[in-house]
Amino acid sequence: MAYRGRHINPQRFERGQIKILLILLPLALFMALPIVFIINHAFKPMEELFAFPPSFFVRNPTADNFTKLLKFSRSAGIPLTRYLFNSLLVTLLTVALSLLLTTCASFAFSKIKFRGRNLMLQINQIAIMFVATAVLIPRYMVIANIGMIDSVFAHVLPLVAMPVALFLVKQFVDQVPDSLIEAAHLDGANDFQVYWRIVLPIIKPAIATAMVLVFQQVWTNMETSNYFINDESRKTLTFYMNTLVNASNGVAGQGVSAAATLIMFIPNLILFIICQRSVMNTMATSGIK
Amino acid sequence: MAENVKRRKRSAAGRMERSHFSGYLFAAPYALVFIVFILVPVLLAVVLSFTNFDAVQWPPRWVGFLNYITLLTSDEVFMQYVLPNTVLYAVIVGIGGYILSFLLAWMLCNLTRTVRTVLALIIYSPSLTTGVAMTVLWKVIFSGDQTGLLNSWLMSLGVISEPVVWLVNTSYLLPIVIIIGLWSSMGIGFLAMIAGIANSDESLYEAGAIDGISNRFQEMIYITIPQMKPQMLFAAVMAVVNAFQNGMVSALLVGNPSPGYASQLIVNHIEDYGFLRYEMGYAAAVSVVLLLIVQLFSKAANGLLTEKD
Repeated sequence: MAYRGRHINPQRFERGQIKILLILLPLALFMALPIVFIINHAFKPMEELFAFPPSFFVRNPTADNFTKLLKFSRSAGIPLTRYLFNSLLVTLLTVALSLLLTTCASFAFSKIKFRGRNLMLQINQIAIMFVATAVLIPRYMVIANIGMIDSVFAHVLPLVAMPVALFLVKQFVDQVPDSLIEAAHLDGANDFQVYWRIVLPIIKPAIATAMVLVFQQVWTNMETSNYFINDESRKTLTFYMNTLVNASNGVAGQGVSAAATLIMFIPNLILFIICQRSVMNTMATSGIK
Repeated sequence: MAENVKRRKRSAAGRMERSHFSGYLFAAPYALVFIVFILVPVLLAVVLSFTNFDAVQWPPRWVGFLNYITLLTSDEVFMQYVLPNTVLYAVIVGIGGYILSFLLAWMLCNLTRTVRTVLALIIYSPSLTTGVAMTVLWKVIFSGDQTGLLNSWLMSLGVISEPVVWLVNTSYLLPIVIIIGLWSSMGIGFLAMIAGIANSDESLYEAGAIDGISNRFQEMIYITIPQMKPQMLFAAVMAVVNAFQNGMVSALLVGNPSPGYASQLIVNHIEDYGFLRYEMGYAAAVSVVLLLIVQLFSKAANGLLTEKD
């Protein structure tokens, strides 16, 4: 049989795909295993956590670990709901602010000509490679000097400017036809109206992608709680979950920690699944030229 | 058509002539946050790296290049453990993970849409767990007694007869950290690669088949890769960053510093000096070196990927 070519994006199952599946399935299994394990572990009753030999799958699932998690925090003085509230507030503020600032800047960098634009873009491009942990100390100094220690903004502002997000959104805005914007200007629209009514609706996929990235960053972030916040009651859920994981070294604590881990993981997963199509759409324009 | 092109050119040129003030308005909020929380800390790190800043004495004393000289000539831990560990980690997780993510992406694109989406989600999902979340899991798996999952499995398979103390034995630490790093390295670079391959021009594949391309592998080398250079480059940058900023796993699993510095990466070294010893001037010098290394590697990736054109 002659080679037909065009195997990318096949419409239906062909025999040639079996080979690929044979390689991919074990790999996918390896990748999924830890997550499957965490899910199982979180629902294990006490005797299964202690079981020997250790079991991978749960046999009699219970919600014990989750109720224990709630009780645990109640006895610690600061209720779990407080940490949850902090996390939700911080996440919401950061994502909202970041999306607003990132889309505005992307619009400016892509569609408005102004002096210094290219320089700013280049600096941002270099900053994609920025390693946040490397400058923790100077960051702390900046935040302390502004007087932001213990403020909610110490959680929010350090994570608002995300160079990768700006890069991806800007690449997407580049695809909005200039003619569309010029036509709007001819009809008397100002820059803000163009941004709000024309650009934003078109770049929805890129916004969703930036949302996924920023959410992931802030939801799992521990540094801000660790270094910029002293007041226990103002730290986030991630921080609390982590102290839990560290404090409970015993086997009994494992179940509770697994439950905590699952609670942190699920929102991330759901958001990604919802936005998955938009993310893939955005990634098509992600190239560095 | 020609007239249209001409008009667009002229209008573009016309707009280039003057600088639009509204551009600054739209860019300013982002730029401000960027400057305060990214640019200033980086510059501050550079300044601090030339001092003996220790968070106690103020003002810190200017010491010139002393920190850098110490790092390169007399920091034995750095030269003996941190640097080799980091290089090994970066090579396997950075370069290995990069190649793996391309191969996986390419294989996925040879499958039908639904299967691809599901598998891609599974392979990407570890990067959704970044940071602290999975520590408990690794501790259970690599637990040093018989209740550890890996020990239990290996013993029932007859590979080992005694439980191995994975997280204490220094010769296993770095491999474990590397495996965990690889496991979670299929991030947005991986997604970019999938998108790049899936959106490549299908007519080229037909043309290639006519021109004598005879299998999937040739197709990959001659048609797919040249088309997705930009995505390859983006993924490369992400891989480099990912390879150098990871240190969390080691610190959470075995603490910082790790036993015998066996899994000490450069990020751990910075934390060690900055937050445990309060030698912040020195830590800043290490930070600057890290940022430079990342830049250098990205430049190298850039050069490698664009040279082949």
